[in-house]
Amino acid sequence: MSSRLSSFGPVSGSAGVASRTGAASLEFRGVTKRYGRGEQAHDAVNDLSFEVPAGAICVLVGPSGCGKTTSLKMVNRLIEPTAGEILLDGVNVLTEDVTELRRRIGYVIQQVGLFPHLTVGRNVAVVPALVGWSKERQRVRADELLSLVGLDPASYRSRYPYQLSGGERQRVGVARALAADPPLMLMDEPFAAVDPIVRERLQDEFLRLQRDLAKTILFVTHDIDEAIKMGDFVVVMEEGGRLAQFGPPDEILAHPASDFVARFVGADRGLKRLSLVTIADLELESTAGSARAGLPTFAPSTRLRDALSVLLAADSRGGVALDDGGRPRGFVTVDAIASALSEDGHGRARLPKGAGARAAAGDAEIAAANHASAAPGDAKVTAAGGDS
Amino acid sequence: MNGEPLVRWDWLLAHLGPIADRVGQHLYLAAIAVGVGFAISFALAALSIRRRRIYPFVVVLATAAYTIPSFAMFVALVAITGPSVISAEIPLVLYTLILFVPNIVAGFDSVPWDVLDAADGMGYTRGQRLWRVELPLAVPLVVVSLRLASVSTIGLVTVTAILGDSLGGLGYYILDGYHRHFTTEILAGGLLSIGLAVVADRGFVLLQRLLTPWAARRTVGG
Repeated sequence: MSSRLSSFGPVSGSAGVASRTGAASLEFRGVTKRYGRGEQAHDAVNDLSFEVPAGAICVLVGPSGCGKTTSLKMVNRLIEPTAGEILLDGVNVLTEDVTELRRRIGYVIQQVGLFPHLTVGRNVAVVPALVGWSKERQRVRADELLSLVGLDPASYRSRYPYQLSGGERQRVGVARALAADPPLMLMDEPFAAVDPIVRERLQDEFLRLQRDLAKTILFVTHDIDEAIKMGDFVVVMEEGGRLAQFGPPDEILAHPASDFVARFVGADRGLKRLSLVTIADLELESTAGSARAGLPTFAPSTRLRDALSVLLAADSRGGVALDDGGRPRGFVTVDAIASALSEDGHGRARLPKGAGARAAAGDAEIAAANHASAAPGDAKVTAAGGDS
Repeated sequence: MNGEPLVRWDWLLAHLGPIADRVGQHLYLAAIAVGVGFAISFALAALSIRRRRIYPFVVVLATAAYTIPSFAMFVALVAITGPSVISAEIPLVLYTLILFVPNIVAGFDSVPWDVLDAADGMGYTRGQRLWRVELPLAVPLVVVSLRLASVSTIGLVTVTAILGDSLGGLGYYILDGYHRHFTTEILAGGLLSIGLAVVADRGFVLLQRLLTPWAARRTVGG
């Protein structure tokens, strides 16, 4: 079991991090996909425009049938757009040779799509083989990537896919997509088929990997929490394939552009914003009381949402924020956490002294979420809160 | 029948050479039928996969051929092509089609869509996808069809004995034994034919194991 949950990070003694070539910028410009003709016609994607800078993760999120997967598949032209342009580093993908294009773009799907008849090593080296690398170079590259995604090459390279767990398959899928060092990766619900514990681990480790790789990534999910966690940018889509909102996760949570987006992100969007901020982001000016024994302590990487949960569960007025060395850095209160959501807030809390926190925008939302059914003022949001 | 033992071992020992020749002929007739039948069926299956609308017609024709009694078809062909290998092979080949085509089509249909999606998304050309992904993954069902067709054909080869003494493989002994009321000959022809069918079947199972080390071990009848 331990190997199935093993880390996405490099195996010790491995060949090291994959080489880093550039990442490409990605732009959707008025992209439409229409099916059928005349009265039967309907748009799967309607006039979609957004821009992702090189090296960023952009998540397409929305209810099923909103056209997010269609949008993703238009980038590598598994589906051809009806109108509009998709620019990869400024070049319209529609003008390129489709086979060449696909070999330059990493592709990861929910069902993984590993080739059952090829070993793990050969699965990873599929694109290098297609573009004619030597056998030796393919083998070295496959080992390097297996290490990168946390699978020991010596034990995994000769296995067949049926001998892997769901989480291991998904790691191999990611390694395969990275094999030819693509400047862009398309990931279609890559972590949706594994259980929640493995999913969270894969997400965390993929984000850690991405810090080194800095690929441009277009990521599809139906899960708003995953979108917020993974995305540098989030594209919220609604039925009919229209763009509902585009922006960084915090902006979408703090300022939903429409009722649809507010409903989609959920009544607990205040809490979700807290999950974007860590204890390390909090500015704490006071260490008063932090020496007291018996209080909960928080590592710098603790998310404010989790810290709040700990404080509420412990029925404690405050806890101690630790620095990287494990020394007390300051005193964290519920008010201090709430103030992270204040209007200017990108997690930069001022020293809370009671009054400030009460006025903070997120405070009401936290209350609403905690007592969802008993919050008539927020009824519209609450009613649809469950469908994300 | 006339006080003889059921099996006359002395006759068998005296005829080892001719029996071996008949085994050889039996395999030769069956191998041609299975080989030619497979080639035609593969083409028909490939066509059916590309143009789904013709698939039902292919199946109807192959089934229709299968309904014709073998005895009748051999006899009818003698009038056209004489008592030749051709007359033996035409029915044998036709009978394999209904065993091959649906299984080959099913083999290609059994390739998971996510595997095809991944192959397309990673930049396999159409031909590369067919030869490097679809065909290897269709192998288990293709081998099933080879097992069915070879067992069926090895049995049917015995009927070609009615085309004359120069044909029939081991069927020659069954027919000759029948005419002479000689049980030993009938048993030799029948049991050896069954033995060949079993050997061929096991051979293909072995072949599949070699070709598909990637499959989880749940081969039908393996």
